[in-house]
Amino acid sequence: MSISLSIIYLIATVSFIVGLKKLGNPSTAKNGNLIAAAGMGLAIAGTIFIHDFKVPPLIYILIGLAILIGSIIGGLMAFKVKMTKMPELVSLFNGFGGSSAALIGLVEISRDAGDKLQAMTIVSGIIIGAITFSGSMIAWGKLNGSLKSVINIPYHNIVNNLFFIGVIAFGAYMVTSGGNNPVLVVALLASGLLYGILFVLPIGGADMPVVISLLNSLTGIAAAITGVLYSNMVMLIGGILVGSAGIILTIAMCKGMNRTLGAVIFGAFGGTDAASDEDRKLGSIKKTNPSDSAIMMNYASNVIIVPGYGLAVAQAQHVIHELEEILTEKGVDVKYAIHPVAGRMPGHMNVLLAESNVDYSLLVEMEDINSQFKNTDVVLVVGANDVVNPAAHNDPSSPIYGMPILDVENAKHIIVNKRTMNAGYAGIENELFYNDKTVMLFGDAKDALTKLVSELKNM
Amino acid sequence: MNGLLEFIGTNIEMIYILILAVFLGVEVIKHIPAVLHTPLMSGANALSGVVVVGAILVMLNSDPEDYFSLTLGFIAVVLGILNVVGGFAVTGRMLQMFKKKDK
Repeated sequence: MSISLSIIYLIATVSFIVGLKKLGNPSTAKNGNLIAAAGMGLAIAGTIFIHDFKVPPLIYILIGLAILIGSIIGGLMAFKVKMTKMPELVSLFNGFGGSSAALIGLVEISRDAGDKLQAMTIVSGIIIGAITFSGSMIAWGKLNGSLKSVINIPYHNIVNNLFFIGVIAFGAYMVTSGGNNPVLVVALLASGLLYGILFVLPIGGADMPVVISLLNSLTGIAAAITGVLYSNMVMLIGGILVGSAGIILTIAMCKGMNRTLGAVIFGAFGGTDAASDEDRKLGSIKKTNPSDSAIMMNYASNVIIVPGYGLAVAQAQHVIHELEEILTEKGVDVKYAIHPVAGRMPGHMNVLLAESNVDYSLLVEMEDINSQFKNTDVVLVVGANDVVNPAAHNDPSSPIYGMPILDVENAKHIIVNKRTMNAGYAGIENELFYNDKTVMLFGDAKDALTKLVSELKNM
Repeated sequence: MNGLLEFIGTNIEMIYILILAVFLGVEVIKHIPAVLHTPLMSGANALSGVVVVGAILVMLNSDPEDYFSLTLGFIAVVLGILNVVGGFAVTGRMLQMFKKKDK
């Protein structure tokens, strides 16, 4: 490798580290993204133009064409996507990265395998790439609803783990035998793909963000392994950075949902807890309508809005901003309480509300707003459930016991907008809905809020 | 066993770099506010597209007559670049929305 290319890779690697670091702070995040992207461009350009291979012009044309096609499709997808569809998109892109790693492995294994280290990197690149590809595609299908949310495979834990051990053993055999028999290579690829499917299929739709983050981390590891194969530092370090950052993000998400990583992967929200809930008397709920809710909010001096998953699904982020503006005009003090896992993935609610131009300073994080609920006249809960369930505080038998929640039950009045009385994704009853201070405003978030806004306009 | 020791001996620099990079990744991400989880995830996702460098190397190293390598390499470059460009673009788009409100 020429010295100039090594220097280019060094600069690119440093830009990845600086970029990632800056991405972690709201005021520098945009620059961080640009710095990382610039580093990536530099690494790619350096790879194409500085090398010792004898390359005919045709191959240059093909590379250029591939880059052009990929950039156009990627750019279009990035700019066309609705912000509520963000989890699907990240999952899709991740699958593409994984499949790229697997394809590289397929080409390299067909060439002379070289030493054992190379054979090992090639084989593990194929396996991990295949798992991330098929896993991400299943996650994508689940998120956009084309796959039924939970598909039960009998004994899926045992089956999956045995299958995983089988895949590893197969890979180890391929490395030690140094084999590149096309039939075995295809079988290896197929077993990786199948494991990815088996791995993601039994995991519930609401846990998908955790899975995507985990798969993202795996793609990073696949890139790093390919980096070892080519003794290429920018791929090695870039990949490892993504790998370890992905694990940290995954753990942070699990904490926000009060789940362990093991519980997400092995599906620990059993059906046994639900039975005990039925025995308990929760009292009755009180229904309300948009006009009564509007009156309540109109005469409140302060209102806190708690947006949740239901708001994102109903794409009601613009209407809620309208509601907030009208209330503010009427002299009501309005704030948003943002739970760390509100929306369809952690931090997603912030993105959605930012998209509809909500003032950033009105979004208050959980730790800062929890003490304010007791001085609040009206709390409007839109499409959130488990993150406001008091059982997290006072029911040690509840599966969400100990999960950090928004203490909305301390407010003077609570309006809950939900489509139906169905339980949230934890599948448990929410005693908040039966609280004396709570009224239920049933209906789709967008419809209900639109009616609320028009009622308020007429007052 | 000897094989393993020899393996560690010849690749010791690589192993150092690997371990240090793991710690670096953990430290860099450790204290991220929840607000930025989504952009960070998609930014990290774009970074994992660095695998495209490997895909380009595959194509550069291919014989022009070797249609198998060229075809797979071509698809790998398209998919890798898609991951990179799409990932950085969408992250930028998300962060742009945060920026507007700073005033």
